[in-house]
Parts: sequence; structure tokens; C-alpha cells
Amino acid sequence: MNDLWAGLSQAFWLLVTLDADLVEITLRSLRVTLTALVIACAIALPLAAFLAVRRFRMRRATIAVLNALMGLPPVVVGLVVYVFLSRAGPFGVFGLLFTPTAMIIAQVIIVVPLVASVAHQSLRELWSDYHDLLISMNATQFQRIQALLWDGRRALLTAALAGFGRAIGEVGAIMVVGGNIDHATRVLTTAIALETGKGEFAMALGLGFVLIALAIAVNLAIHWLGRTESEGRW
Amino acid sequence: MQMFPLKATGAQVRRRGKVLVGPVDLTLGGQGTSIIIGPNGAGKTTLLKMLHGIVRMNGGSLDWACPLEEAQKHQAFVFQTPVMMRRSVIDNIAYPLRLTGLSRRQARSRAADWAARVGLGEILERQATMLSGGERQKLALARALVREPQVLFLDEPCAALDGRATREIEEILAHAAGSGTRLIMSTHNMGQARRLADEVIFVLQGRIHEFSPAAEFFAGPETAQARAFLNGDIVE
Repeated sequence: MNDLWAGLSQAFWLLVTLDADLVEITLRSLRVTLTALVIACAIALPLAAFLAVRRFRMRRATIAVLNALMGLPPVVVGLVVYVFLSRAGPFGVFGLLFTPTAMIIAQVIIVVPLVASVAHQSLRELWSDYHDLLISMNATQFQRIQALLWDGRRALLTAALAGFGRAIGEVGAIMVVGGNIDHATRVLTTAIALETGKGEFAMALGLGFVLIALAIAVNLAIHWLGRTESEGRW
Repeated sequence: MQMFPLKATGAQVRRRGKVLVGPVDLTLGGQGTSIIIGPNGAGKTTLLKMLHGIVRMNGGSLDWACPLEEAQKHQAFVFQTPVMMRRSVIDNIAYPLRLTGLSRRQARSRAADWAARVGLGEILERQATMLSGGERQKLALARALVREPQVLFLDEPCAALDGRATREIEEILAHAAGSGTRLIMSTHNMGQARRLADEVIFVLQGRIHEFSPAAEFFAGPETAQARAFLNGDIVE
């Protein structure tokens, strides 16, 4: 219990004094996570709409695989990305290992199946509403996907937020491919793991509270920006 | 462009081994309003959707006087339960125009004009999903008519509406028909059929039992089933 109070107090002081390390780590966490999320959404949302609209032979199998990939163990993803980016790996020449770019790649791989699966569930229902109408209007496949993505935007925001939650709290993969290097690849989650390992529970808890506050703040900001709760106009 | 006559030859729709519609042999000319009537489950909706092309046929043929791709561009469908896209009234009506490549500004300008014509001019920016039943059906009509189709299919457009809304919808339909739009519509409402029909298609068990000019049909149907239906008897 003492550790909890100490952690809360530590978090408070870290925030009030705008601790330079905390600010750096937090900004890096946000940069890596938001970049990964934007890339993941750019891949996952059209994929989800495509799977909702298009009928093809292996569609059910593809959806089943996508759902299964939601449970990808992050540390395994990290390991695979590590192998690919290491000097001996096929992409070793780019020198990306232990850089924020490697962390973004790992997070994209982890987040895409989650965002695509959640988005697909919503878009499938929307497509069952729109199916006859859009076919009747002679909309092309691309126009149908566009309509689903635009009209399903609130549900897709929820999918994106789920992806953000997964990415911001991820530690296993980014620890493997990022290396938790100070002033280079250290983010909130890897810093928490490090402080815990050192026995600095108060600091670890402090960083943990900052992480939770950050996740809540981003969620609230997106909801506020979207006016999803009050007006529902966008 | 000449779309009619529309000729169905042995057209059939089957699902899971059961014949829902057909075989249908029918030739529709390019003038007036055709009303499809028949008891529940007779196949009116499936017949309409088959003619429009959104239900796949399992046999027979359906031939327009022009290439199918051209015919598809010049027809529209109004569903019994109107599908409201999750956007504003004006953006719903503008959507079919946007599909043709019209700019957003032009599409919204024409959509606003059509919204005013159907009485939705005051609520252009309201979310379509918030509309009442009558307003939804007017929006669906405006959205169907905004591309000025040569033929408009309507599946019981007034099924759940009160008298006032029904009258407003019928006025819009009469105006569209007067402007040269070919209407093919199903209804349960015999009064509406009498008011709007130029010709009547009586459907029973997925087949066309009678197809005749409205005046002749209502004066004295040829078949016993049609007579029973007009008398309000249960027909199966």
C-alpha cells in the first residue's frame, strides 16, 4: 500500500515538475504509438471494409485467421521482426533494429488484426443494411467500400481506440526490437519494466499512472473532438 | 435512350430448391404506372427486385431494349423499409449524384432542390436516421428521383404511413409519372392501386395470374383468384 501511495505521489511530482525524462519518454511513446496506429488503420480499415463487401472463395478462412491473429503473442512478433531486421536478416541492410521505426513496425503487426477484426464486425452489420441500396444505385466496389468507411466512422473510431489501447500498453515486442535504449528507444512501458527490475517500485508505479492517464486522456480527446457523445453530427 | 420494352421470358428465382418467383413471361411498355398486387408471400417484392436486377435469376432471361449496363444507370428502387445512410438528409439525397462523379457542391445543390420538392427543405442538415417514417420515405423518393431515372421501382412505399404521408407520397409519384418516369410499384392498398395504376399485375404463388389494364382489371378480373382477392377473401 505504501508503494501505491509513493507511486501516486511520484507520478504527481513527475507531472507537476514536468520531469525532462518523463516528457521525453512520454512523447516518444505517443509518437511511436500514434504513428503505428495511423499506419495500422490505413491497412486495417480498408481491409475490414473489403472483407465486408467482397465475396471470395477464402473469405471465411481469411476472417477466421484475422480473428485468430488478434491473440498474437507480442513477444513472438518482436522476435520475428528482430530476425528480419537483424544484421543477418533480409532487411538488416536498412539498420532499423533498435530504432523507433522497428518498434513501429512491430506495433503495426500487432495492431492491424485487432483493428481489422473489430472494424469488420461493425462494417459487416452496416453492409447488411446498405447491401441492396448500394447495389441498386449501381455503386462500384470501391464506392461501396468508401461509403462503409465514411458512414461507419464512429464504429471505426472505437476500433482505432482499441488499437491505441493495445499499442500504448505493449511492452514485449518493443522491448525486443527497440532494446529500451535511454534517449533512443525507451518508452513508458519499457521504462516501467526497467524500474520494476531495479526494484524502484514507486518510480515504476508513477510511470504506470502516467501511462494510464495518457491512455484516458487520448480516448477522451478523441471522443471530444468527434463529439460522438453529445451531438453525433460528424 | 430507349429502355422499353422490358421483356421477361421464363424468368425464375429459386432459393434452396424452392421457386420464389416464376417462370415469368412479361412484357412491359414504356408508359404509365404498373401496380403489382397480390397476397402476402405471393412474390411481389422478389418480382420487383428481379426486374430491377438486385435479385439474381436462376433461369430465363430479362431483356431491356438497351444494353443492361445502360439500363442499370437509368433506374432506381425505393424499398418498403427505406434504408437511411448514416449522414444528413442532403448528403443522403446527394449520394447517388456523387456516385456519378458530380462535385460535392453541385450534388448538394441539386439535392437541396429535390429535398424542397418533397417537403424536406427545412431539415437538410438533420441526420437521416432521426427522421420519422413519412420523412424517411420522402427522402428515399427524393434520393431515387434525383438522378431522374427513366424507371422507378417501388416496393410498397406507403406500407407503414398514415393517410397524410400517403397522400404526399402519392402526389410526388404522380408528379414523377407526369414527368415521364415509368413507375413499377407493388402495394397492398387497393385504393392506392385504383388511384395510381394504369395497368395491374396480379401475382399469386410467384406467378403472374393476371396482367391487364387497370380499368379492365378493377371492372372485372378474369381469374377467380383475382376476383376473390379484390373481394377481400383470403387467397392462397
